[in-house]
Amino acid sequence: MSKLFNIKEDRSLFPEKNEHGKIDIDLSSHKYLKMWHGPQHPGITGNMSLEITLLGDEVMDCETHVGYLHRGFEKLMERRKYIQCFPIVCRVSVPEPDFNEYCFAAAMEELAGIEIPETAKWLRTLVLEMARLASYLMWIGGQAGAFGQGIIGQWTNYLRDSMLDRFEELTGGRVYHMYIIPGGVRGLLPAGFKQRMEENLKFIEQMMQDVDKVMFNNAVFKKRSVDMGIIEKDWIYKFGITGPNARAAGIPLDVRKDNPYLAYPELDFETITASHSDIYNRADLRRKDLLLSIDLIRQIMAKMPDGGEIRAETPNVLHWKVPKGETYSKAECTRGEYGYYMVADGTEYPRRINVRGPSYTHAVSLLEKMIINCNLADIAGLMVSLHTYPPEIER
Amino acid sequence: MGKINDILSPFTAWKHLIREPLTIKKPLEREGADRYRGFHKNEIDKCIGCGTCEDICQNAAIDLVPVEGIETKHGDSGLRPKIDYGRCCWCALCVDICTTNSLSMSNEFTWIDEDADNFLFVPGADAKPWDNSEKGWKKPNYNLYNPNRVEMNELHPEERDKSFIEIVQGYSKGQALAEADRCVECGICTATCPAQMGIPEYIKAIRNDNLEEGLRILYDTNPLPEICGRICTHKCETVCSVGHQGDPISIRWLKRYIADQNPSEKFKKILGTDTIEQNGKKVAIIGSGPSGLSAAHYLALMGYSCTIFEKLPLAGGMMRYGIPEYRLPYDQIDKDINYILSLGVEIKYNTTIGKDITLEQLNKDYDAVFAGTGLHLGRSTKIPGSDNKNVYFATDLLREISLGNEIPIENKIVVIGGGNVALDITRSMARLQNQKYGKVNIITTSLESEDIMPADREEIIEGREEQAQIIPGWGPIEIEIENDKVKGLHVVKCLSVFDEDGRFNPKFDENIKNFFEADMIVESIGQGMDLSYLSVSIKENLEMDNRGRIIVNKHFQSSIEWLFLGGDIIQGPDVIHGIANGHKAAIGIDNYINNKK
Repeated sequence: MSKLFNIKEDRSLFPEKNEHGKIDIDLSSHKYLKMWHGPQHPGITGNMSLEITLLGDEVMDCETHVGYLHRGFEKLMERRKYIQCFPIVCRVSVPEPDFNEYCFAAAMEELAGIEIPETAKWLRTLVLEMARLASYLMWIGGQAGAFGQGIIGQWTNYLRDSMLDRFEELTGGRVYHMYIIPGGVRGLLPAGFKQRMEENLKFIEQMMQDVDKVMFNNAVFKKRSVDMGIIEKDWIYKFGITGPNARAAGIPLDVRKDNPYLAYPELDFETITASHSDIYNRADLRRKDLLLSIDLIRQIMAKMPDGGEIRAETPNVLHWKVPKGETYSKAECTRGEYGYYMVADGTEYPRRINVRGPSYTHAVSLLEKMIINCNLADIAGLMVSLHTYPPEIER
Repeated sequence: MGKINDILSPFTAWKHLIREPLTIKKPLEREGADRYRGFHKNEIDKCIGCGTCEDICQNAAIDLVPVEGIETKHGDSGLRPKIDYGRCCWCALCVDICTTNSLSMSNEFTWIDEDADNFLFVPGADAKPWDNSEKGWKKPNYNLYNPNRVEMNELHPEERDKSFIEIVQGYSKGQALAEADRCVECGICTATCPAQMGIPEYIKAIRNDNLEEGLRILYDTNPLPEICGRICTHKCETVCSVGHQGDPISIRWLKRYIADQNPSEKFKKILGTDTIEQNGKKVAIIGSGPSGLSAAHYLALMGYSCTIFEKLPLAGGMMRYGIPEYRLPYDQIDKDINYILSLGVEIKYNTTIGKDITLEQLNKDYDAVFAGTGLHLGRSTKIPGSDNKNVYFATDLLREISLGNEIPIENKIVVIGGGNVALDITRSMARLQNQKYGKVNIITTSLESEDIMPADREEIIEGREEQAQIIPGWGPIEIEIENDKVKGLHVVKCLSVFDEDGRFNPKFDENIKNFFEADMIVESIGQGMDLSYLSVSIKENLEMDNRGRIIVNKHFQSSIEWLFLGGDIIQGPDVIHGIANGHKAAIGIDNYINNKK
């Protein structure tokens, strides 16, 4: 424990746990304070809250509460035709809608036996990497902000906005792109797109150097994040941890490499890992992943075909009956493995769609474990370092 | 050293103080991207109100509403999409699926209004600042449904040019499913079909592979599906919304598919007509054409005892005696008629009203009479020479062919007329010529130029494939006769057929002449009705308009209340109109008999 959080170990103050694994707290003893952290706070993107019990400024117990964002998407989709689910899925995870669009479309295409055109494959890969880049840019501001560095968030949110400009011209939408339609994509690159994208990427690289100097080479940030919030290697499979959270602990989990999809097999990249998953290393790994995304976008733009078909022939979408079957399609999003489990019963409506967002494991069970003994002031930083999006916990 | 660097390095952020700000000062003035999904636009005259946008919208943000200045007509519901921006999620699927490509989006995205109700609007009808915006989301270069028709298998010209075997082979299951999949279920077709058939519903039954349900839907409004599935004038297809950006759905062939795939012996079970309770009332029907059979069918279902009086030896009227077998095989006519007969309908063949039994007698013996006697008389051009014995009417020749009688086939034949009947006789005679002489020498000429010829396009194409020469745009002026034998037809160039008011008033250029050699001429310029079965006293009591047409009410009841008339004699030559007339008349007859004291 001392390794986890740089605190003085005095077990005499730590209350005993009962047979339910909960601590017995006598609030009337005036030793403890129960407080709500959230649902609105900068620690996470979206709304969820933590019911925490404090002893001094140290967390003794925590229960996560969700339900502030429940929109019933999974149930809603059972009452929508497949094509009508397409505008819904992107809303499951606001900052990264594209992974939802891809997983939904890929699941449908797999069940229906549809092969998408080559150009669409590359455009999908491009959009997914753009989404990764934009999402990391948003996250990095959150991570810095949680430790009091507001300026980083201002810079990187501007950078994210510049990526949204590219999204806007390619997909017609800034936040909800609704671009990866079942069967393919909805448009080719507009004229001059590659050049504007290159200018964008250069600017982001340049700004990331400043972020490096101001955030990562920063004594305050290091003091607050190094050796803080460690994820042990043996927790990875036990808690279902994926993505950068797992990679920082030395487990190279990356769907892009493990189950290559779209154009990833044709791209040259290595999975980035670290050996010690504390807040600092996770942040650093994400920074490197961000720079990898920039490299991948360049590779994609260089290798992708210029024109061609963008959507395969599909049945009439108004009464597309996806053949009976079930499948799980997944992709690597910024937070780990994003997946859609789809059951089709041969009718025009999906029988069941289940969304597997990585935040489901990271923000509930893992957070409840890691937050114990955490300082109240560090909770936000810890939450951001797990990179969770509550909307995907409550679909 | 690293620690000192970590303290100093963050101060480099201060250099941004001297940088130009990056944020946009006036964000409301920022223009959206070229493809931005902004506010909706609709080309209101191009839109047909098919409602496909409404169907695909998962938020129910679109509602089809009547719009001032837009009239409901064939092919246009008269409704236009109204969009609720409180619900819209800006996915633009409505634009992508739009059948007419009228709906699009501008790249405008700011709209400030104090009244929330204003955010419900009809794009195109309610003027908006972005109506003329060039930029914004347009229908992409892909289709959310297949715009191309599944090709029908047909006999090749060399396989069919000597025989009367049916040309169109019908859809296989796979073809029918693929074709049925293209339908967008807008229902524009139903509104245009004279019989208001439940077209989207029976196409859906095909998609669900429930052909028994399909048959039940067909018989709700049409008791002659085999016949209509082959030779219906398919007004539905001419207005099909999918036809605006591709080929219309093959509605006629899909109907045929349902009828073909259900075996006739199962019809009564499928349609639940094994037992029909009789009401003891009797109705006489004159003529066993589409309207007569349709009336008999629906009256029989209501429990009436129906007797059809048919002048000719077999039932079917013009469907049997006016349409060649290669388009409508006789066994398919029999399949439809035999089912109607199985409901207890009786047909008295070779019985002519006015000769074998009078109309007045029918009135005494029956509770009501329906007459659908059709247009069996030919019309003459009355040009010099048209009274020669080698000048024939198409209807007479077609009837003789169907009766199995031999007809004169000359070496060189000219047909006058540009309608489907003209093409029917042309292609029938071409086959007979081919059988007799081993070659075809037949010219078909019409007043109308090719683009306005009333015949179906495929009839013209297939006629030419069978070696008939179709030469439109000429007006007949004289048939040259030598020694009482036809030598040919003199024609002059026809410049226009209709005047500015749309009335038939052909204009010719007498200086441009032509001569078509012929041993035999066939006139096919329209048909007339034979009302000789109406006695003088009935005719006197029958209300007619100033052009001699019998006036009937919406239930096809004439001014003589026990006499109902329908079909070609009322609405002109068309099978599906006849069927619809028969159905409405059956309801009218039921009302009349029930209210009779």
